[in-house]
Amino acid sequence: MNEVLDTVGLVFILAGALLSLAAAIGLLRFPELLSRMHAGTKPQVLGVLLTLLGVGLSLRSGLDIGMLVVVALFQGLTIPIAAHMVGRAAYRTDVIRETDLAFDELSAYGDDWARGQSEAAASESPAGTGLPSAGSGTDRHGSEAGR
Amino acid sequence: MTTVLTVAAGAVLALAGVLVVIRIVRGPTVLDRVVALDVLVSIMVSALGLEAAVGRHSTTLPILIALSMLGFLGSVSVARFVAKERDTAGGDRETGAPTTLGVRS
Repeated sequence: MNEVLDTVGLVFILAGALLSLAAAIGLLRFPELLSRMHAGTKPQVLGVLLTLLGVGLSLRSGLDIGMLVVVALFQGLTIPIAAHMVGRAAYRTDVIRETDLAFDELSAYGDDWARGQSEAAASESPAGTGLPSAGSGTDRHGSEAGR
Repeated sequence: MTTVLTVAAGAVLALAGVLVVIRIVRGPTVLDRVVALDVLVSIMVSALGLEAAVGRHSTTLPILIALSMLGFLGSVSVARFVAKERDTAGGDRETGAPTTLGVRS
């Protein structure tokens, strides 16, 4: 029974490793940032989940499985946020070619974004150093909702 | 059987790590490097998990938690830094109005 569980756990870990390899090949071969992000998120969610499942099957103790669940939850919560931030930074720094976008939702709000940015700069206190872009983001959403 | 699986998983992870490092070295923009570094962190999580499963100990599990947090904080802060650098470089500092970012149409 234990042998079977160990083997199944290692098979899961090998599946996660194969997903990592697929992501690495995709990172090398894909031409631009968005498709590389598409390849890169495979091992970050599914690959890590498979690996943690395999480790849990191999260790089989309550405390260890609890820590693995914490890692899995943390990955699932943070990876979308990180990918969102990277994609948004790519859009704002003009890394993304516009011909790659099927539909550009952000361009319609370009003027709103600029206005929110100037409002944020005006309302910011002189000593305010904390995250000016984050403030402008909330301003932009507010102005969109008001229109 | 378990030895074969262990060696195969280790070899696959090592190859994936080398390919990702090639992308980190080449990556034309900072954001490409950030995405590749995120993948490298998840490869490290997989490798440490493999080591814990093979060695039957839970010493490396706290390192897994720290690593997943590290990857998130790193990519978010670098993405924020890239955006902010562009803001101050492309915008008018007096009025705060961006000269290049708002006119994407």
